[in-house]
Amino acid sequence: MKKFLAAAAVSALCATGALAEVKVGMITTLSGGGAGLGIDVRDGFMLAIAQSGRDDIEVVIEDDQRKPDIAVQLSDKMIQSERVDVMTGIIWSNLAMAVVPAAVNQNVFYLSPNAGPSPLAGKGCHQNYFNVAWQNDNLHEAAGAYANGAGYKNSFIMAPNYPAGVDALTGYKRFFDGDLAGEIYTELGQTDYAAEIAQIRASDADSVFFFLPGGMGISFLKQYADSGIEKPVVGPAFSFDQGILQAVGDAALGVVNTSQWNKDIDNATNAAFVESFQAEYGRLPSLYASQGFDTANLLLSALDKADPSDADAFREALRAAEFDSTRGDFSFGSNHHPVQTIYAREVIKEGDVFTNKTLGVALENHADAYAAECKM
Amino acid sequence: MRLDERYINGLMIAGLLALPLWALVADQPFTITLMTRAVILALAAVGLNIVLGIGGMVSFGHAAFFGIGGYAMGILAYHAQTYTALDLGAFTTEGTKFMPVIWLVAMITSGLAASFIGLLSLRTSGVYFIMITLAFGQMFFYFAISWAQYGGEDGLSIYVRNDFPGLNTLMPIQFYGICFALLCLVLALFARLQASPFGLALNATRQAAVRVETVGLNPMRLKLLAFVLSGAITGLAGALFADLNRFVSPTMFSWQLSGELIVLIVIGGVGRLMGPVIGACVYVALEHFLGEITDFWHVYLGVILLCIVLFGRGGLIGLLTGKEGAHV
Amino acid sequence: MSSILIIEQILNGLQFGVMLFLMAAGLTLIFGVMGLINLAHGSLYMVGAFAAAAVAGATGSFLLALVAALAAAALAGAIVEMVVIRRLYKAPHLDQVLATFALILIFSEGTRWVFGSFPLFLDIPDALSGPVTLPGGIEYPLYRLTLIGIGLAVAVGLWALIERTRLGIRIRAGENDREMIAALGVDISKLYTLVFALGAALAGLAGALVGAIQSVQVGMGEPVLILAFVVIVIGGIGSVRGAFIGALLVGLTDTLGGVFLPELFKLFMDNGAAQKTGSALASMGIYVLMGLVLIWRPTGLFGARA
Repeated sequence: MKKFLAAAAVSALCATGALAEVKVGMITTLSGGGAGLGIDVRDGFMLAIAQSGRDDIEVVIEDDQRKPDIAVQLSDKMIQSERVDVMTGIIWSNLAMAVVPAAVNQNVFYLSPNAGPSPLAGKGCHQNYFNVAWQNDNLHEAAGAYANGAGYKNSFIMAPNYPAGVDALTGYKRFFDGDLAGEIYTELGQTDYAAEIAQIRASDADSVFFFLPGGMGISFLKQYADSGIEKPVVGPAFSFDQGILQAVGDAALGVVNTSQWNKDIDNATNAAFVESFQAEYGRLPSLYASQGFDTANLLLSALDKADPSDADAFREALRAAEFDSTRGDFSFGSNHHPVQTIYAREVIKEGDVFTNKTLGVALENHADAYAAECKM
Repeated sequence: MRLDERYINGLMIAGLLALPLWALVADQPFTITLMTRAVILALAAVGLNIVLGIGGMVSFGHAAFFGIGGYAMGILAYHAQTYTALDLGAFTTEGTKFMPVIWLVAMITSGLAASFIGLLSLRTSGVYFIMITLAFGQMFFYFAISWAQYGGEDGLSIYVRNDFPGLNTLMPIQFYGICFALLCLVLALFARLQASPFGLALNATRQAAVRVETVGLNPMRLKLLAFVLSGAITGLAGALFADLNRFVSPTMFSWQLSGELIVLIVIGGVGRLMGPVIGACVYVALEHFLGEITDFWHVYLGVILLCIVLFGRGGLIGLLTGKEGAHV
Repeated sequence: MSSILIIEQILNGLQFGVMLFLMAAGLTLIFGVMGLINLAHGSLYMVGAFAAAAVAGATGSFLLALVAALAAAALAGAIVEMVVIRRLYKAPHLDQVLATFALILIFSEGTRWVFGSFPLFLDIPDALSGPVTLPGGIEYPLYRLTLIGIGLAVAVGLWALIERTRLGIRIRAGENDREMIAALGVDISKLYTLVFALGAALAGLAGALVGAIQSVQVGMGEPVLILAFVVIVIGGIGSVRGAFIGALLVGLTDTLGGVFLPELFKLFMDNGAAQKTGSALASMGIYVLMGLVLIWRPTGLFGARA
């Protein structure tokens, strides 16, 4: 009976003409080394779509293999053949830079569930581009702010030698008031950090900040824990996420990291999300899953008000961001990037599972540093 | 039934002409985009086929030239789109969005790089040659990753495709036309080359370098010339590839790409005129259709490639014509 | 920069080098005896690491995990040799490159199919964790010292195997003249399978040992594979001694380059720029080394034939 009512409601809405069939294109990484992140975004996104009960939304999902040229090709396919209204899904900044500018210029809306490269927040911002995760610098800035609060005066900072790595160190330095005991750019994809750890040991640093996404972070944390150096470590959530924490193990225990989301953030939406995600997929949700979930809910909230074919109305509906976010308060700044609170959290062990516990706020209602450059 | 190779070649060209036209009529623009990708990869592989097929030099670093071509396009178009001057020391330029100029620059720069890499690499042979070309490719890859001025690992986005006089290059079919015409030109060049005294001598150096020397030819110079020509063609393909994606990034320099170019040639048939073209079409089709079936499509791709090597010596053309070697 | 730090960095370079040697030794043996270029060697490294992680997770024993890594990699190697590689010995290098490239695809995605997309956990055993103090007050992780020890022991063992045993005589004979040893009644195909499995086991061992301090994930073998190729090309393909020298050279160049090049650039650049330029050049360093060696000696340091 319930099912019937829902179906009736949907058909009633359709009959009024407020809603037509909506097509969403998701390009994300589903094969190869970085597939875990894409799978989480997809699962979070699809969970929200399923929970909405709407059957007038078609999601086309494609695997970019983490290759920019494949992503561009898929984006052409989404726009030319599938004729999607909205695109989403890309995990990596370099892929986003390859796809987003061209897509939004072809009047497609793009909702970023993960990457937030600075050009898209600043000079290259676009009215059809919305970032539902963070601007790339945000979590690093929060790490800098947390380090001030923790009383660190002299940090040793490191990141891979590529644009997101440079942004990370810039972000940390933007908020960190202390001195730098060392600043190192490592090789992208590096797996052995013995040389860097030796430098940390030899330095007079009182803390270490690092941004090493994926396998790089796992390697560094294990080697750092084994080195016996006692200097505290801070980093963005990417190296302490649910997906990879189990692979780091004890080495991550007690490490403080910054995140805009955690599974213990106290609101009804989040509690329901964590529970239903676990029930559906049999694992704890990650940061990326929460971002996928929020992205879908933002989209759903806008679809309730307007149809993408009415671009101006739909854009306004997106900008209002009237949805219940898993992270609590959420709104867009003038450049369509989030204004949100970023938390410090600590890695703990719950039974056999490594996970995070929120310690407190690192940056309250934080916007990004590039909004002023955006002329929209 | 055994087919004549010329018959297959003709069929292939006809297919490359007819299929996009069908896609245009059937309003399937993405099919055209896919075919453009295949044609450009084929162009790069035809370049590689000169050294690999005729000259027998297995270069595992041709991605270097592909990438240089791509960056030549990226850098010129980037300066043109941002209206910033490109300072080359002796003179400055505003960059350009004019395709023929970009192609010329791409071919010259990748040709220059090929002459440098070739001069050093051709001292070695066999496995050492495979590995030293790989090493040069990796050098360019790491250089591009840390080249912050042009986006480093993020790469460079070019918002609008470059211009060709009289055409609207943003229309998939028109851009395809440009790429297809260039492929035909290069294929004609390859055919001429294969039959020319230079091509014959190059072929002879592959089989017996000492004999070539005793006739009074310098095998080193022959090989170097072939290597430069090959690099320039692959560079041209790189510029087109960048234009297709409106994007360049260090992945154009990756060793996997060098490997893929070799794969294309072997699928089709080493040293055959249309080998790379058939290889590229099959590869792009596999990539596309297997990906639709399963997330784990790499496994199937691997199995198919393996079968081609183990059971289809001489590639698909060899299979169809019943002749294993390209050189009768 | 203090001398303690320099010594520590040299130890790091050594440790990296001996681990590379484990990879390179198998690769170079396989080339020397069978004349085969095996791009899938990195996949065997990955198989070792995954087998170790799975067994360590189930039993909690690191020793069992190492045994599992050796066994799994050797088994995978033997199967691959008998099903695929065997048909490629007479094929041109080109076919070998392509076939083993295909094997990488199958191994990588197959592993992801079985173990999922997230990295696995493998940790250092408690007995070997934490740092020890060396003479001169250098604090150095015990596990890394152990790795250096294991690597050197394997090098000595390999030397003894090749120079002092009957199998070694056959391997050397196989390198020199295949037809002859077949004519002498040695079962050549069994010998080939054995050599391939031995090389695979060494790669698997390296994967498991290194996996304990790194991330056990799909694709972990490929960067190491490229480095191992650089090593054997520098050393001379087919030469185990060359692989040893080459591995140490590459290990030291990579580690010390990453540390000292940025320091060097700091002399005439500001800090951030020096870091970026220095580390960019350092990542190219080993390829420059390889280029230089090949220009000087086109068949590597100890290589006999091309």
